[in-house]
Amino acid sequence: MNDLTYATETAPPPEMDSAKIAKIVTRNVNVYYGDKQALIDVNLDIYEHEVTALIGPSGCGKSTYLRCLNRMNDVIDICRVTGDILLDGQDVYTSDLDVVQLRAQVGMVFQKPNPFPKSIYDNVAYGPRIHGLAQGRAELDTIVQQSLERAGLWKEVQDRLDEPGTGLSGGQQQRLCIARAIAVNPEVILMDEPCSALDPIATARIEELIDELRENYTIVIVTHSMQQAARVSQRTAFFHLGELVEVGETEHIFTNPSDSRTQGYITGRFG
Amino acid sequence: MEDGHIVSSFDEELNRMRSAISRMGGMVEAQLSNAVKAIGRRDDAIARHCLQADAEIDAMEDEVEALTLRMLALRQPVATDLRAILAALRISHDLERMGDYATNVAKRASALNQLPEVGPINGIVRMGQLTHQIATGVLDAYAESDVDKAIAVWERDQEIDQMYTSLFRELLTYMMEDPRNISPCTHLLFVAKNIERIGDHATNIAETVYFQENGTRLEKLRPKGDQTSFAVVTPSDSDES
Amino acid sequence: MTDAAMPPTGPPPGGVADIRRPTIAHAHLRRRYAAERRFKLYGLASIAVAGLVLLLLIGSIVSKGYSAFWQYYVQIDITFAAEELNPNGGQVEDTTVRSADYLKLVRDGLKHAFPDATKSRRDRRALYGLVSANSDVVLRNMVLDDPSIIGTTRNVWLKLSDDMDTFAKGNIKRNLPESDRRVSDQEIGWYDILASQDRITARFNIDLFRNGDSREPEEAGIYGALIGSILTLTVTLLVSFPIGVMTAVYLEEFAPKNRWTDLIEVNINNLAAVPSIVFGLLGLAVFLNFFGLPRSAPLVGGLVLALMTLPTIIITARSALKAVPPSIREAALGLGASPLQVVAHHVLPLAMPGVLTGTIIGMAQALGETAPLLMIGMVAFIVDVPQGFTDPATVLPVQIYIWADSPERAFVERTSAAIMILLGFLVLMNLVAVVLRRKFERRW
Repeated sequence: MNDLTYATETAPPPEMDSAKIAKIVTRNVNVYYGDKQALIDVNLDIYEHEVTALIGPSGCGKSTYLRCLNRMNDVIDICRVTGDILLDGQDVYTSDLDVVQLRAQVGMVFQKPNPFPKSIYDNVAYGPRIHGLAQGRAELDTIVQQSLERAGLWKEVQDRLDEPGTGLSGGQQQRLCIARAIAVNPEVILMDEPCSALDPIATARIEELIDELRENYTIVIVTHSMQQAARVSQRTAFFHLGELVEVGETEHIFTNPSDSRTQGYITGRFG
Repeated sequence: MEDGHIVSSFDEELNRMRSAISRMGGMVEAQLSNAVKAIGRRDDAIARHCLQADAEIDAMEDEVEALTLRMLALRQPVATDLRAILAALRISHDLERMGDYATNVAKRASALNQLPEVGPINGIVRMGQLTHQIATGVLDAYAESDVDKAIAVWERDQEIDQMYTSLFRELLTYMMEDPRNISPCTHLLFVAKNIERIGDHATNIAETVYFQENGTRLEKLRPKGDQTSFAVVTPSDSDES
Repeated sequence: MTDAAMPPTGPPPGGVADIRRPTIAHAHLRRRYAAERRFKLYGLASIAVAGLVLLLLIGSIVSKGYSAFWQYYVQIDITFAAEELNPNGGQVEDTTVRSADYLKLVRDGLKHAFPDATKSRRDRRALYGLVSANSDVVLRNMVLDDPSIIGTTRNVWLKLSDDMDTFAKGNIKRNLPESDRRVSDQEIGWYDILASQDRITARFNIDLFRNGDSREPEEAGIYGALIGSILTLTVTLLVSFPIGVMTAVYLEEFAPKNRWTDLIEVNINNLAAVPSIVFGLLGLAVFLNFFGLPRSAPLVGGLVLALMTLPTIIITARSALKAVPPSIREAALGLGASPLQVVAHHVLPLAMPGVLTGTIIGMAQALGETAPLLMIGMVAFIVDVPQGFTDPATVLPVQIYIWADSPERAFVERTSAAIMILLGFLVLMNLVAVVLRRKFERRW
């Protein structure tokens, strides 16, 4: 109860849409880097089989929020997270939850394509191997092929699976990273500006891929390109100075945002 | 309401677009008042002038369209900017239609001038003046981004409709009185209809202004004064055939 | 607002500025180019100086040491007299053969060659001094190999003694007054006679690579020191590589950043700057006195050198680990790899070329180190080639030090030769480091 009243004071309350299932629920999330507060009372729901875009100026906390969802912030010593982050109703920040298991459930794709300096095959097979998802080589082969197919890369690389992944073009590398992420069969895929290092054609391919992946996965994407957010997402959340300013249907955010800060940011008046 | 864009040339283009709409609005206003004058004073010269002016209005519409197209292609506008551009596009279209109707009124003025004068000319002129006021009001609302003004103007449209309904009945009566009146009265009927349409487009503009400012449609049910669709005037001596 | 008020950048109004500006800019540009050229010149000059010094150093070593790679031999007719080697006749007995007086055979052979030089004892001693003092061993080995030569006379090539060898190589000048050289006129006369009879020849000095140390320069070799060095470095590598890499990995990947780790880091960096003799003292105090390990042993030497090499390995390994892009760590973590898996599967393999390069450089440093070994007794005259980690041994740089200290003229060239060999090993190790780096370096 207290949560809800608090929520309404600081940010628009997350819409209670009964038709959609909230995959991830975050309530009153605060993140501190040492003395500096990076996120202030963020309340945001991520719905299943939807693409949620996080936008906002640099340093607004959108990447920080994203990294809370699979506890990538754990790596940073001085980072402290409070509040509730529930994945399927299960708090991800309790000590009895295995972070390895969490990251298998919540995959991540990074800003710069970062394939391992290994073969294409090994890149995709690495996740299943460490999680023991495949019994034997044949099964692993199947997983690798399926993942690459889902990432739309299979046709391009099927003849050269043993070539190094770093030899691919930037867009292919990023799709390889997506294939690597989906090889461990996650439920949620987090993407941290996945197209910022790519040319427009490669970007379009990734965006198309994101739209296809939506069918099977829940996707959260951080992007600096508002056009991209508009193109790929169903819901958009605008962060500013560590606060979640506004969240809503993407169409609504981009035609008629409620908050003047959102308005100013997306029309290019500040930020 | 807000600061300018970081990219100031975008602001310049938006301003150019707004001023183009305002100029176009001014031209349509002049066209309307001239056409009404041509009817009221039975002035062929004014009517002819109106016919020439229409081409300029069409050219303005093209200009606005080019401007909006350019901004849509190059600026990827969203939110207020997107709505402003969309509104400009729609308003320019409405204005062009209004210009066309006014021109049509002027054409009929030329025809009427060759026919004997019939009764309800004054009513037409008053209706034209009212419509002119409404058009002016709606263009002011656009120029000032004033939603309240737009709503106020929008509500006045029913006055035009009411005037149109009464004119409709009056003209029918004239025609029933004397078959020689049929020709001028038919022309007048069309003039009245055109003016009424101009009023409708003016209300469209008011709605567009509302959308531009608020991002939502004007949901209220518009008061409708036009009853002509349902008007039945039965001459006492006419047969059912 | 201010932008609008300012005129666009261009020449300011007023003739003076218009005229002056281009010339000022031009002069400025010229100065800049001149400065650049000067800077290049300074760089070239420094490289030239460094190259020259290096050339001088290597040139002097090579010019002194190249002659150590061959040895002059003299052909003497030796009669393997049966009365000496098999006085009882019949079956040749091993023990008699071993204990026979081969020196006498050598002397007899020499006397036979120069019958007129046997009048005084001095002459005889000078004559016997023509050949290496080790010649009897050569003869004994010949007989042991093939007893059937007993009773025959053979032409045997014997090594010239160190002084004669030095003279033969031209390192003792003929035109010096007799009192100033270690070779007398008489000996030169004999040498000339032998040379005229084609009884003097030069052969590759294989003993330099085959023998341990010796007091006789012509018998001294670096093999013992080389084996000592290899044993010592093996210990150093086995101790310092795992410890160094583990330390680096822990500090870089796992340790929390706090005052303690800072302190450790500062100490490691300081350790790299500690004079190596201090490590020797430490080794003396801890390994010899406290643990009671044997003196002069490669084991102790290796441990001491490992202590000395550790900071180098840790520092280079840490920088190699730092050079692995964090995106690789993130990628692995994002897939659900544990921190240990991240390090073992990705970070360490990627850092390996750098780590190995650092290790090899550390090893090369250890190979050239003498000072710490002084303290633990590895500076000793050791003839035998060490067979294990606890045998007394010496190492290459120490061997050089010992030879450089020896009075015999012939050790001068051998010192330089040993330096060349040591440098050769250092270059080889660095080459391996470069090759490893090239081969395993990956791009990301």
